[in-house]
Amino acid sequence: MVKKWLVVLLVAVVSVGILGLFVAGSFAGTKNELEIFSWWTGGGEEEGLNALIKLFHQLYPDVKVINATVAGGAGTNAKAVLKTRMLGGNPPDSFQVHAGMELIDTYVIPGMMRPITKYMKEWGAYNKFPKAILDMCSYKRNVYSVPVNVHRGNVVFYNKKIAAEIGMTKPPKTWKEFIKYLKLAKKHGYIGLALGDKNKWTALHLFEDIMLGKLGPKKYNGLWKNKVSFNDPAIKAALETMKEVLPYINTDHSAMTWQDATRLVFSGKALANVMGDWAEGYLKTLGWKPGKQFGWFAVPETSNAFMVVSDTFGLPKKAPHPKNALRWLKLLASVKAQDVFNPIKGSIPARLDADKSKYDVYLRWSMHDFATVALCPSIIHGSAAPEGFVTALNDVINRFVTKKNVAQAMKGILQDAEDNGYLVK
Amino acid sequence: MNQFDYRKLWLYMLLVGFAVFYLMPVYVLLATGLKSLKDVSVSTMWLLPTHPSFEGFEGAVKKLGPNLKNSFMLVIPATLISAFLGSINGYVFSKVRFKGDNVVFALILFGMFIPYQSILFPLIRFLQWVGLYNTIGGLILTHVVYGIPITTLIFRNYYMEVPDELVEAAHIDGAGLFGVYWRVLMPLSIPAFVVVVIWQFTNIWNEFLFAVTVTSSPVKQPITVALVNLAGSQVVQWNMQMAGALLTALPPLLIYIFLGKYFIRGLLAGSVKG
Amino acid sequence: MRRNRGVGLLVVLPSIVAIAIFVYGFISWTVRVSLSNYNSFSSLLRGVYRFVGLRNYYRIFSDWRFQTDLWNTLFFTLFFILGTIAVGIVLALLIDSRIRGVKVFQNIFLFPMALAFVVTGTTWGWIFNPGDFPKDPMGVNLLFKQLGLSHLQWGWYTTTGHIGPFNIALIPIIIAAVWQLSGYAMAMYLAGLRGIPNSIIEAAKVDGATPWQLFWKVKFPLLKPITLSAMIILGHISLKIFDLVYAMTGSGPNNVTDVPAVYMFELTFRANRYALGSSISIIMLVMVAVVVIPYLFYSMRQQKEVRL
Repeated sequence: MVKKWLVVLLVAVVSVGILGLFVAGSFAGTKNELEIFSWWTGGGEEEGLNALIKLFHQLYPDVKVINATVAGGAGTNAKAVLKTRMLGGNPPDSFQVHAGMELIDTYVIPGMMRPITKYMKEWGAYNKFPKAILDMCSYKRNVYSVPVNVHRGNVVFYNKKIAAEIGMTKPPKTWKEFIKYLKLAKKHGYIGLALGDKNKWTALHLFEDIMLGKLGPKKYNGLWKNKVSFNDPAIKAALETMKEVLPYINTDHSAMTWQDATRLVFSGKALANVMGDWAEGYLKTLGWKPGKQFGWFAVPETSNAFMVVSDTFGLPKKAPHPKNALRWLKLLASVKAQDVFNPIKGSIPARLDADKSKYDVYLRWSMHDFATVALCPSIIHGSAAPEGFVTALNDVINRFVTKKNVAQAMKGILQDAEDNGYLVK
Repeated sequence: MNQFDYRKLWLYMLLVGFAVFYLMPVYVLLATGLKSLKDVSVSTMWLLPTHPSFEGFEGAVKKLGPNLKNSFMLVIPATLISAFLGSINGYVFSKVRFKGDNVVFALILFGMFIPYQSILFPLIRFLQWVGLYNTIGGLILTHVVYGIPITTLIFRNYYMEVPDELVEAAHIDGAGLFGVYWRVLMPLSIPAFVVVVIWQFTNIWNEFLFAVTVTSSPVKQPITVALVNLAGSQVVQWNMQMAGALLTALPPLLIYIFLGKYFIRGLLAGSVKG
Repeated sequence: MRRNRGVGLLVVLPSIVAIAIFVYGFISWTVRVSLSNYNSFSSLLRGVYRFVGLRNYYRIFSDWRFQTDLWNTLFFTLFFILGTIAVGIVLALLIDSRIRGVKVFQNIFLFPMALAFVVTGTTWGWIFNPGDFPKDPMGVNLLFKQLGLSHLQWGWYTTTGHIGPFNIALIPIIIAAVWQLSGYAMAMYLAGLRGIPNSIIEAAKVDGATPWQLFWKVKFPLLKPITLSAMIILGHISLKIFDLVYAMTGSGPNNVTDVPAVYMFELTFRANRYALGSSISIIMLVMVAVVVIPYLFYSMRQQKEVRL
């Protein structure tokens, strides 16, 4: 009697485990599948990704595509899950990753990725991308991922009606000039610059744009190659400028997300918003037409630079279906795929030979600049520096927005840079 | 008599006042969920939608449907196994006893207080090692194990109230350990089972941290993760989010509405003593 | 019953083994990481373990953000427990009056417990969003304006104001947390109130006790064990609070609403500083243990039951 019950109990506990083992086993990489991992789960991004998958399906109808997405926090949740999977030796076949250190420092240097230079050349795609972009995806002269799209980080979007009212008839070239307009906007009862830093990163987004302007693209890029010191007076100047701008932001910035901030421009409460050009896509979903209700210009003092935020896909060494993964990457590297994905997503293709007629007036402007001005890696979007540096800098800037203490922030920046082996002398 | 009515009036005013406070967030959820994306804004949150739209609900149902099934596949077995394990453990720790059982029980109990962040990484590596990572089975196992302390506690306290004589009598009648459990304690434990079921059901249903880290592919994720996934990385559709939040909250809410009085009764019966 | 002891041990053995691995085994792993150099993804991956002693703990305690977190946890815990218990008692007394329709209210007060913190956090974040007040208020501030109470408007969780080390931006989060858990406190007290024998109440009434005296002199002392267990339960929830803060406010300006769990999450999953993150989670564990372990031992000695 007792024994019988004991057996029943043990079976109940253990069976769950065994059941799970079978389920896990049946999913092991024996089938003809392709698992793609990304954080494209909403709005145009999701539609764009689905369009790509459809395209893939037309080419390889017998491959089952598993679209693994994890959303939230501009990809932070997805990145956490991805790292866990990589750590457990359980990677997807291909995954979304920002070009730059997010790829190189986190995955390439530890030796988890396979180089794809050979294939890029085979597909005839190698020389179709700007060199600066491929450099961001490369380590020791080997390319490790295919850039799919490019967003520009250093853009100001503004409400044309308010701009007309305060007399901002042409884009300000310098911060001094721009602050003059912010002041005017405030006088007219508007918020000068909308900011939504509930999730912190937007404040650093603003700061890196100011910093890029003060340093200039050449010195800015030099920071990450250990050619320019973080002790450069331009960084202190950037903090000073940011301090001058802060009085013109909305008081409730820390309760807002970037969407809320962009909405302040849309609802006629704020003159302008410094944001990546996903804000353009958002304004369009709200019903505005680029050039009609809203205008844009490069962040003052940065018109000679393009802050790059680029999504790329790479090939993990332990990918369960490497053949399908390569087919996927080959597709992504093609003009066709880039022109299918980007107009829907609201970004520009990383390839320079795309069909311009498929893009709206804003994106054509961005494409023009992308092909002509200096390309710079974004800090906050993971391209310029390791994630540890970014998180710490985020904290420094977050504190600075409240305390407005330049010396304290400068000390924090230098300490963070030193921790990560950058020049500080 | 008159004074008595004043007292009642006061009581009702207080009750209604509290009720307004408790229902305020639900109002916001409903009002936002029924707006179209274009009308959603923090500045109009107190207003009912001028043109009610089911756009948000339609989208949420479409997107969350498959994950709703996952959640049920997770919650039902996990809750039942938890309750069963808890009751058998509770029985042993209250009526059977063994040497050092108090210390062992205290050590088990401490497990319910730990911050789950402190075990997250090793947990995932363990599940990967045994091949349960990214499966609902893995999530069930996780929830069952971390549910052991609370369910054991509830049943142990409950069985403490059962007179030892009852158990002794059954023994004299020749019942073994499981016989006593099956014939004497099980039939008495319905209130404790109700409390445990409510507790585990809502906790597991609402849990996010394990869900998002243990199941990584969307076809296996429970609804809470899918709910957060409704937020695109760049454009958050608030109306769909709020509608989705309401949908997600529905099953545990129904459990509370239908079993809530048993919950209090269960507490009264001493199942969660205190 | 003695003959059953061996079997009894066998029956609980699976649970004991599971807890030994999932709780104590995993915690040891985390302790080990917290004493290591695993402060980047590649070092964790390569797994070349270097023991660095308490260096991570030293660094985290000298970190201004973590110091803010500790103060925030202290004040949050204090006011959250006080608020939840006070509201819980009031609600229990109201429900215990047994006037008509009270069941409906009981369910209303209990339902927040059924909601996920992620859901309620987002919603309360909207409600306490201050807006660009006084000109363009939102949320509760907007309500104040519409009710003609504009002078009550303030920055809620966006304010960087503080009274000593207490960041007043925590108040809205405390309100939300009280909202979510006071129903549970109510249920506990209600169970307690109904467990008080009528004879005691009647005796006090015969002695001429006013309702006020009846509560403070008779009922409240009898409810002491409930208050103690409520404090333990609420205390451990607040020491490790995460979802609510994360969904509602994040860290806030200058970390005015930051808590250790949020910082731990950022360090581990964003910055790849696994060793630092692990040391925070171990510090959190110690804080919880300091509260819970003496209570567990006390309960085990005092009575057969652990009241929770």
